[in-house]
Parts: sequence; C-alpha cells; structure tokens
Amino acid sequence: MLRVEHIYWLVGAFLLVAAFMDARVKRWSAAAFWAVLSIPFLFGDAILAAAQSGVRWPAQAMGVGLIALGVLAARGKLRTHEESPEDDARRRASASKFGNPLFVPALAIPLATVALVLAAPHLRWNGAPLIEPTQATLISLGVACIVALAIGMRITRAPFAESLREGRRLLDALGWAALLPMVLATLGSVFASTGVGDAIAAIVGATIPADNRFACLVAFALGMVAFTVIMGNAFAAFPVMMAGVGLPLLVLKHGANPAVLGAIGMLTGYCGTLLTPMAANFNIVPAVLLELPDQYGVIRAQWPTALILLAVNVLLMWLLVFR
Amino acid sequence: MNAWPLLGVAVVVAGFALRRNPVLVVVIAGIVSGVASGMGVGDLLALLGTSFASNRVLLLFTLTLPVIGLLERCGLRERARQWIDGFRRLSLARLLVSYLAMRQVLSMFGLYDIAGHAQTVRPLLAPMAEQAAARDAPIDEATRLRMRALAAATDNVGRFFGEDVFLAFAGVLLIQRFFDSQGIHLEPFAIARWAVPTAIAAFVIHGLRIVWVQRRLARRKPAAEATDAAR
Repeated sequence: MLRVEHIYWLVGAFLLVAAFMDARVKRWSAAAFWAVLSIPFLFGDAILAAAQSGVRWPAQAMGVGLIALGVLAARGKLRTHEESPEDDARRRASASKFGNPLFVPALAIPLATVALVLAAPHLRWNGAPLIEPTQATLISLGVACIVALAIGMRITRAPFAESLREGRRLLDALGWAALLPMVLATLGSVFASTGVGDAIAAIVGATIPADNRFACLVAFALGMVAFTVIMGNAFAAFPVMMAGVGLPLLVLKHGANPAVLGAIGMLTGYCGTLLTPMAANFNIVPAVLLELPDQYGVIRAQWPTALILLAVNVLLMWLLVFR
Repeated sequence: MNAWPLLGVAVVVAGFALRRNPVLVVVIAGIVSGVASGMGVGDLLALLGTSFASNRVLLLFTLTLPVIGLLERCGLRERARQWIDGFRRLSLARLLVSYLAMRQVLSMFGLYDIAGHAQTVRPLLAPMAEQAAARDAPIDEATRLRMRALAAATDNVGRFFGEDVFLAFAGVLLIQRFFDSQGIHLEPFAIARWAVPTAIAAFVIHGLRIVWVQRRLARRKPAAEATDAAR
C-alpha cells in the first residue's frame, strides 16, 4: 500500500540531492540547511513512533536540529539568481519551439491529482487499497508530481538531472521561506501546550460587557481574527475563542445557534489568515516565489478583501445566529 | 493562570516588526514561551522535535519544484504570456474572476490542494495576469509586481472561502468535534451549509476588487497615450 510516508521519503531524497549540489559548490551553510531539513522527512515516522513509545532522544535531537535550522536560516541570505538577457531570449525561443504542449505537464499536476483521488477507492492490490484512504489527496499529489515530471521530460527531452538542477534552483531561491510554514506550525503547538491560548481567552473574556450580545459577538469575531493573526492559523484560534467566549457567552447565555456561529466564526478567522505573515505558506512563501521585493506584498493585495469580508461576516452572524 | 508564556507572542511581534529573520524569530519565540511556562529543557526539545516532524506535510509542495523548474527553463511562463496574447477578449478581470470561481468550486469538492502558489500561480496565473494587464498599454514595474501579488491573493481567497463548504474538510470536522465534546451534537452538513453565505460574499467582494483594479488600469491608459502624443 502506498502511504504518505513514501511521499515524504521522496521529499527527503530531493532535499538531500539539493544539499549535495550545494556542497559540491562549497555553499556549506545551504548544504547543511537542506541536509538537516531532510531528517524529518526521512525519519519522521521513526521519530514520532519512538516518542509515542516513550523513547525521547530522537525527538529531542530533532528539536536541536530545529534550533540549528533557525541559526542557519539567519546566517544565509536569500539568493536571487541573476537574469541575463540571453536567458530571457533563449526561454522565449524555447517557448515558441515547444508551444502549448508545455502546459501539459503543468496541468497534469492538478488533473492527475483529481483523477487519482477519484480513482483511489477503486484501486486495489491483493485486496488491500493501493492508496492509503485517509491521506488520498496528499499521496495523489505526490504521485501526480512524478507523472508530470515524466511527461515534462518526454516533451522537452531534458535529462532527469536537469530537472533536479532546476528544482534545486527554485528551492535555493525560496531558501528559509520554504521552511517557515513548518516552523510556524511548530510554534502553534508550543503556544497551545504552554497555555498562551487560555491566557488570551481569559483576557478577552474579562474585558467585554457580557450582557450585551452584540458586544459579545463583535468580541468573538475580533478575537478570532486577532488570535488567528498571532497563531497564523484559524484552527488554533477556534477552540480557544469558542471555549473562552463563543460557548459560554453567545451560545449558553444569549442562545446563539452553534452551527451558524461555528461555521461563520471559523471563516471569520480565515479573514485573519489573509492578514498575517504568520500564515507563511499562504502569504510569505508566494511573495518569495513570485520574486516580490516586499515580503508583505501579497498581504497588501488582500487586506481590503479581508476587512470588508470581516464586516460582512459580523453582519451575517448578527442576522443569523440569534434567529 | 500563568501569563508568562505570552512573552513568546511579544517576541514574535517584535521580531517581525524589526524584520529579523522570521525562522530564527519563531524558533526563539517557541523557546521563550516554553521556558516561561516552566518547562524543562528535555521536555521543550522533545515538544519542538515532535511538533516539527508532525507538521512536515507543509513542505510537500517542494515535490512540484523539479517539474515546474524544468518547464520554466523551457519557457513555460513566456508561453503563458504568449497564450494570453492570443485571447484578446480575456481581460485581466475575466481571467482572475474565473480563476477565483474555479478555485472556490474545486475547494468545495475538497480539491483544495490541486492548485496553489507553486503549482499554478507562479508558472501560469501570475504571468498571465501580468500580460493581460499590459495588453493595451505597457505597465510599469510597480504595477507588474502588484498584478503578481493580486494573482496570489486571488488564489488564497478562492481556496479559503470554498473549503469550509466541503463536508469532509478538517475545518467542519473540527467545529463538529469541538461542540461534540461540549455535549452539543451537530451533523457536519448542518455546519457546512452555513459557510455558503460567506463563500458568496467572498466571491462578490474580491471579484469587485479585481474589476476595480482593471478599471483603474484602463483609466490610466488615456493619460499614458496623452503623454506619448505630447512627446
């Protein structure tokens, strides 16, 4: 059976290749960075299984590795590769030569992912499912990348090594920004286990006039946004704000409909996701990927949508939760 | 209640405000928060290590880089621009609004990982948006960068405000589990259908903003032509 762990091994192998390529040109800190980062992908299952059964040293070593990654990230600079006019002309000629078939591999990633997700329940090998059902989307995405690469190499007649070189070029251009989402999610777990959420919910709960249901609603909505901005993730904010404000004040005291409050409350948190650099994979990584000089460029493009939608959400909740 | 772990939040705010390296800031914030809560060094390292390893799914997108890099070297982004030039009626607003609609509908069916910044925005949507914006009159570098950012923002809005309509999405299940643990039993469908009004509002608001950006581009063009004529 194909498990998501197998896809992680592929990621780990790719990171090791990038480390090796950097080491060959004596970019030692970049090489060390990618090599350390490959560890959770190659040994993630083993680390988590050991921690479950009470053996803590692998997880602790990974913790040391994470601190090392932080130091390496601060030392290395983001490398923006120089574009020469010849490169530009060569690519334009190549675009005209290959034509629209160039789109095929790029579109094959989403299309093959969909096809595999839909086919997954029917794909069986010796009676067992071929793709682990609980992680079907992620496994399908991984397989689709390989399919797309095979098609791409066929169309462009480029050797496999070239795709690795180009992949590593993009990876080096991303640099520490590639790692940021993982580090932020880790911080979210640390905040959750050290009681940061409870402290914030207590502060919000202590400062609002509990008898005014509109004030409670606004406090809940703004609390969702503020907490999402801090944690970078509405999922982390939801249980905290719901337990601190939504459930005791709005649902139990003022009789709000929990289904409506839950659904629109979560989406109000998403407005916060659009606003925060802490949601790095949505806001900072694309800014680096698109080579924007301002790392907050994507947030600048979406904050008006987020604020208007926040107001609409408060209005929707006001109209719908107390019916 | 122990309020000291909030120091970690202060470290994040200060670090981001001072534009220090975000990875280092976040790692330090985690250590500060853990130490302030009275956690031992061994416990803190184990917590950092296990959380880090459990969140490795967030780097899965790197698997798209070899094929996207290869295609870019062969001129994928240039081809995306040439392709847009062939559709004279596909304006910036039509391009981005139809992408927004498609992204929301796909997310509603749970297919939110099929598009994304690495897979679709950088190689396809961003160059197409730039080219569509520059169709009738050349645009300056700042506008070009704003078009790229708008393409990324459109992807985010489409993804976020479609996915909660999908029944099996983790967000809906999280809401259901939370209420369940509090003795309030809800069907996932009862929650998911209330995400529809916000999904529609998100489409209308962001769609109108895109149309507005296009209007402003169009309004600048006569001015640009006038200065050209004056030369």
